[in-house]
Amino acid sequence: MVNFGYTIWILILPFLMFLLLGLAGHKLKPKLSGLLGTIGLGIITALSYVTAYKYFFTSEKVDEAFQKLTAFNSVWLQLTENLHIDIGILLDPISVMMLIVVTTVSFMVHIYSIGYMHGEKGFERFFAFLSLFTFSMLGLVVATNIFQMYIFWELVGVSSYLLIGFYYTKPSAVRASKKAFIVTRFADMGFLIGILILSFNTKTFDFITLTSLSGPAITQTGGAAFMGLSVLTWSMIFVYMGGVGKSAMFPFHIWLPDAMEGPTPVSALIHAATMVVAGVYLVARMFPIYSIAAPDALEVVAYVGAFSSLLAAVIACTQTDIKRVLAYSTMSQIGYMMLALGVSGYGGHDGLGYMASMFHLFTHAMFKALLFLGAGAIIHAVHSNYMTEMGGLRKYLPITHATFLIACLTIAGVPPLSGFFSKDEILTAALHHNKLLFAVEYAVAGLTAFYMFRLYFSIFWGKERHYHHTPHEAPLTMTVPLMILAVGSVFSGFIPFSKLVTSDSRPFESHIEMAVAIPSVLIGLVGIFVAYIMYSKETAIPDKLATTFKYSYKWAYNKFYIDEVYLFVTKNIIFRYISTPIAWFDRHIVDGTMNLIALVTQLVSFRIRGFQSGQLQKYGYVFVTGAIALAIIFVYLWK
Amino acid sequence: MTSNQLMFILFSAMIVVFSILTVTTRRILRAAAFLLMVLLSTSGLYFMLNYQFMAAVQLTLYAGGIVVLIIFSILLTSHISQKFEPVELKKSIFSALAAVAGAILCILTILDYSFSATTVAAQEVNMKLIGKSLLSVDYDGYVLPFEVISILLLAAMIAAIVVAKKGGPAKTKTPTLN
Amino acid sequence: MITGIPIHYFLILATLMFFAGVYGFLTRRNLITVLMSVELILNAVNINFMAFNRYLYPHKMEGMFFSLFVIAVAASEAAVAIAIIINIYRRFSTINVEDAHEMKY
Repeated sequence: MVNFGYTIWILILPFLMFLLLGLAGHKLKPKLSGLLGTIGLGIITALSYVTAYKYFFTSEKVDEAFQKLTAFNSVWLQLTENLHIDIGILLDPISVMMLIVVTTVSFMVHIYSIGYMHGEKGFERFFAFLSLFTFSMLGLVVATNIFQMYIFWELVGVSSYLLIGFYYTKPSAVRASKKAFIVTRFADMGFLIGILILSFNTKTFDFITLTSLSGPAITQTGGAAFMGLSVLTWSMIFVYMGGVGKSAMFPFHIWLPDAMEGPTPVSALIHAATMVVAGVYLVARMFPIYSIAAPDALEVVAYVGAFSSLLAAVIACTQTDIKRVLAYSTMSQIGYMMLALGVSGYGGHDGLGYMASMFHLFTHAMFKALLFLGAGAIIHAVHSNYMTEMGGLRKYLPITHATFLIACLTIAGVPPLSGFFSKDEILTAALHHNKLLFAVEYAVAGLTAFYMFRLYFSIFWGKERHYHHTPHEAPLTMTVPLMILAVGSVFSGFIPFSKLVTSDSRPFESHIEMAVAIPSVLIGLVGIFVAYIMYSKETAIPDKLATTFKYSYKWAYNKFYIDEVYLFVTKNIIFRYISTPIAWFDRHIVDGTMNLIALVTQLVSFRIRGFQSGQLQKYGYVFVTGAIALAIIFVYLWK
Repeated sequence: MTSNQLMFILFSAMIVVFSILTVTTRRILRAAAFLLMVLLSTSGLYFMLNYQFMAAVQLTLYAGGIVVLIIFSILLTSHISQKFEPVELKKSIFSALAAVAGAILCILTILDYSFSATTVAAQEVNMKLIGKSLLSVDYDGYVLPFEVISILLLAAMIAAIVVAKKGGPAKTKTPTLN
Repeated sequence: MITGIPIHYFLILATLMFFAGVYGFLTRRNLITVLMSVELILNAVNINFMAFNRYLYPHKMEGMFFSLFVIAVAASEAAVAIAIIINIYRRFSTINVEDAHEMKY
């Protein structure tokens, strides 16, 4: 038995770092606090890699399956004999994989931020929040029970809020942070309802008990039904609602593009690589229940994922803010992962989709973080977010250019880069399960290649624009993470995921299906080629297309007016017809009653205070006459 | 009419007249003098009741102590020649009504009640007995009230000093005269 | 010494003295005269105690001792009251009871 007791330090260290930087950060020199945060995270990263090595290669397997290990556990709230909320560390293939993803990307982002945030006000605050986020995300990943996950789920929400609103003097950033928090909070309400229904029916929070094949969630299916679906299915749909909010799936995706108001490293860490995949991770964590006991809920997962990926890909083709393009691309790719989970079965080769989803999560974290960090380097160089103000940058930013190209090729699914492998597995799984979803994803693959290379060509090729000063390559602290992540993007495709992270923790043989691989590579190449024609040189084609498809272009450009619909619903319907009468009732009836009581009291007291005249002799007179009156009553009248 | 009846009528007449004069005279020093007369007559009544010790206490403590104290404070706070303004008519009438009504009520009640005369032999009250009773812890002893009263007197002494001491804490507010 | 004088006479005398004090308490405006009225009231009570003791329970001394303690309390009360009056005079330059109404409302 391998001892994993030390893994508690993976949680404690970032929290200590947060306390140190948050409480004493302003006393340290900015550079020192940045360095401290980075070194702390380096240690955590090293610990995670050691854990991963020990887990995958030295821990005992039972019946060829990786075991779920509880490395640390302490009862936090004892509610009843059986129902208790614990805080602990659960190690299984996906949590170990997520440890790698989170710590790696976070470490890269830390290094990158030293350069990117150099000279910013609140440098140490930034690192404190990064540590808080890392702590929360790691706690979410290693949660032993669904309630611990919920707690850390909210904590990542808070740190995301804090980091989006990092430039709190900028109104748009404040608005964006509020939007992100409220939208995800709204979705988390569903998550909480789901948790309550689930734990009410299964009498446990514990993941190991919940997901074991002989556990209460899976064996006690059926029970009461509501609208044709079992209670368990409903609870799983509600739990998935939390995932929809956090992972920016339709219809809760509206916060993600606005979240790009935060500093770019934050977008890379939170809104591309780690936090937004928490929804995928949540579904993967509960996957046995979804797959065996609540297949209807899993269908929902698949369709929401597919629709979101298509919607986001279409919108991404029209946006001009490079960070927004990347945000929609993230949403689209997460849709891929959701879809992969949705079409997966449980166990063996049926679990291909599950494996593919985790695989894509891993590779996506690498190349999307790379894309965002590259975008950060570009923004750093030209001080603009808009690709219409960029062009011909390949001469000025050689390293950024090279790594960005690698990332674009990876996401477009060009072999043998990592994106090819993971996307191919997803498409294969979709093909075996549902042809419609496969067709959608196939189209999205082409669109992905198109919009990514649209971005690439408009930034690095095309006509050179007039810049305020000659763009220069970013400092070493920024380019080194880019290069490391580029290496990760290229080679992470060769990790044998089907041997390590599978739905039932048992390895299975997977191979590349040529019938899927060749068309998907082809459509990717077509997308790249179209983008090359349209954007590598200044041509009139994009404008012509935009005027030809004027209305559909306008719809897509305005994100299908979903924000406006929400705004209309909240402002014109909820606020006007529900909140305003409630406010009126509160102000006039509730407050009015209180005011009336206060007014009457005041008037009466104003009158009766005259009795307290301070005239001693009046008091005495009243006392004497009163005493005499009482005496008369008791002596003569009360016989 | 025996001599003690005559004495009683003399004392009670003095008490009633000087009491009323005390509360009606418009010169404050005279009021104090009339009060002194009332207290002296009261002490005469105590002699009649055969309580010589109490009569002595009344003379020394009331007539000698309190009245002197009152006269000193009058000298500190008033002009001797100053005459009070007459009391408001309304106030005096209503107060007199209340007082007279109370007095009539009490007197009627007293006259209504027949006190049963006792046949028990009277106890000779002398100084020795009083002293012993005051310090006795027996059934008839008064050591506890005695001690309580001593503490009260001490407290009153300290309080009088503290309250009347010059330069009290609250001097910030300007005196209001209204 | 008290032969031929009924107890009622003493009680009526005390009553008159008491209500004279009450009248003074209600009408006098000078704080010192108010204090004098209070002394009158206390004295009337003392006479009652003594009379009851002598007439009804001549073999006991409760009434006498009660009067003794009342005199002690009256003495301390007078001392403190006069201290307060002097303080009021110092602060407000008056000892008119109608002007000392700072604690109203």
